[in-house]
Amino acid sequence: MPGGTRRLAAVNRAALDAGLRPGETVADAQARLPALCLATAEPAAEQALLEHLAEACLCYSPMAAAGDETNLWIDISGCAHLLGGEIPLLRDLVRRLTRYGFTVRVAVADSAGAAWAWARFGDPAHPCLPAGEGRRALLELPVAALRLDPAIGDGLRHLGLKTVAALEALPRAALASRFGDVVGARLDQLWGRVDEPLSPCRPADQPRTYRRFAEPIGRADDVAAAARQMLAALCQDLERRQQGVRRLELAAFRVDATCRRLTVGTGRPTRDSLHLFRLLAEPLGTLDAGFGIEMLGLAAQAVAPLAAEQMSWSLGRNGGEAGAEEGGLALAVLCDSLGNRLGFERLTRFVLRQSHLPERAVRRLALGQGDGGTDGGADGAVAGGVAGRRPVRLFERPEAVEAVAPLPDAPPLLFRWRHQIHRVTRAEGPERLSGEWWRRDERDRDYYCVEDDAGARFWLYREGAYDGQAIPRWFLHGIFP
Amino acid sequence: MNKMTLAQLRDHIAALESPGRRPAVLPFGVAEIDGFLPWGGLPLGALHEVALPTGDAPDGPTLGLVAMLLGRLARQQERPVLWVSRRLDLYAPGLAAFGLPADRLLMVQPGRAAEGLMALEDAVRCPGLAAVAGDIWELDATAGRRLHLAARDSGVTALVMTHGTGAGRAMTRWRVAAAPSVAPAHPAARLGVGAWRWSLTLVHCRNRGRDENGVAARWLVEWQDETHRLGLVAVPGDRSAVPGSRYRAAG
Repeated sequence: MPGGTRRLAAVNRAALDAGLRPGETVADAQARLPALCLATAEPAAEQALLEHLAEACLCYSPMAAAGDETNLWIDISGCAHLLGGEIPLLRDLVRRLTRYGFTVRVAVADSAGAAWAWARFGDPAHPCLPAGEGRRALLELPVAALRLDPAIGDGLRHLGLKTVAALEALPRAALASRFGDVVGARLDQLWGRVDEPLSPCRPADQPRTYRRFAEPIGRADDVAAAARQMLAALCQDLERRQQGVRRLELAAFRVDATCRRLTVGTGRPTRDSLHLFRLLAEPLGTLDAGFGIEMLGLAAQAVAPLAAEQMSWSLGRNGGEAGAEEGGLALAVLCDSLGNRLGFERLTRFVLRQSHLPERAVRRLALGQGDGGTDGGADGAVAGGVAGRRPVRLFERPEAVEAVAPLPDAPPLLFRWRHQIHRVTRAEGPERLSGEWWRRDERDRDYYCVEDDAGARFWLYREGAYDGQAIPRWFLHGIFP
Repeated sequence: MNKMTLAQLRDHIAALESPGRRPAVLPFGVAEIDGFLPWGGLPLGALHEVALPTGDAPDGPTLGLVAMLLGRLARQQERPVLWVSRRLDLYAPGLAAFGLPADRLLMVQPGRAAEGLMALEDAVRCPGLAAVAGDIWELDATAGRRLHLAARDSGVTALVMTHGTGAGRAMTRWRVAAAPSVAPAHPAARLGVGAWRWSLTLVHCRNRGRDENGVAARWLVEWQDETHRLGLVAVPGDRSAVPGSRYRAAG
């Protein structure tokens, strides 16, 4: 509270009837009404609740936004006929919000400013201002309907300007010189001459579909059946747009005004509703319906272009040659299912790269990343033959060993690794591998393939050459089969 | 000999008649091993176990054998293979030297052992794979039976590397140990490392008993890089280890 005094931020109907108003100090209010119940205002939680309500209103129109304080904006241009008209839409909205426990005032008008004004100061019996004909009704509203600062409002009242009609009669330049441009801007917004854009709480062009239930449902079978129907509708929509979904979100709006969300992802864009339903089936089993779910919303949050011909391999179910196609489909389903359960970064494949240093010759990529095979045909030169043999295990960090080797570049005679001595009976090498020429701080490595008396084979390297002063160090980098 | 040829001919004709059907056996290419196994090779669509060495023994040969089998299965059925393992140090060019190319290998890295077993079971049920390999610490009897039944239904071969003593449900159980190699043929590389040699032990095989050592059979095999084949060296008799020769400086 500014100044350290505690003030009332909002009061309910009973308190309003008893004479309390927002802005009074708590001390005064409690003096008048000792039985007053107080609760701390939490602006952040209130804003979050407003965002949630805005999302619950997305079933009426894709352009729904939570405003500041206690305003909810919904742009229903072109959407009202889906619910039978503006009046039925308003009735449905009011019924839903009052069922949550809120007190609601609604209005429909041509512009955002007019709707705000009519909701607060208009006639509750006629919330819909007819299109193009609300001017006379709006002119009779008080100046407070223009969303002006309290200081400017007081100034206008002192000058005797109490209604919108009075303001409208004055020349605009006079108002601007006295109060600034804001009064003129608000008037323009009221009449719809200036646009007041809405930023919806969810991107408006995301494919989404909603299903509302006449009675709240709670059984898992019902939820699954509804999800399947919605998936079919969503996939048809995606087919029209030639897109596939990468991330899907199912939102369950419960009767206690909370929302539970499930998200599934796929490795490749898909619009196969059966496959997506199988991915959703697992988390659906853990969905807590609470006292009931009144609305389900399905949104494709991440989409990617998917042309029609790429889907053909999932449609063919004929004869023997479909074996390979079915196999490909089964593999994609397996990868998606494992990825959703373990995380997509845990499914990897190897990509060979052109580098002499062994640890840089291979990269692990997650499955979804970087389509395309090896990098410039590096596999031919590396495996066997020209480049020398490579181990099956390569340590991420080469382990330091103590080796005894004749100078200058002979293979070691024995070495100690992890407190065990290995006597070398056979050795191959050296194979000099150096890094890229632009990495100057790395030294050359001489690699040796050594075999000890038990038959175990190791890949050792000596870092740097013996140049008369320092003893170079030896490392164990890999294990041969 | 004639019986084995007849059976191979029958399989070949059956494969020609129905091209979509998977072949039932993966031959090792070594006559003694293929002759010893009652199916003429490694039976597909089944669970096989490979024992991981305990203690400090090197596990390179085990990985080499698994890579060889996976590579052959991938090439025979022209499908990818999946490896479920928590280890991060498998090196693709080394695996490629055994015939397992990087573009046919998918890796799954589970966070916990239970996740690994679950991923293995799901993968075995997927008909789009040729084979699945997994690093499982202990495979109990129930899990082994489930894996075996799933493999039989889908036709995917499951190769499980375990530390335990074996579930008893596997068709075959192998153990690979390193064996000293002999010098390559080139005279100048007299002391170089020759072809990889392994002591391959068939610990347990269905429909075959065990010999006096408690294992079914043991062979000494060698991997030839150029031809990508296994070759039999000799059945190890009872002789003491030959001390390896020391490296001497030239001159």
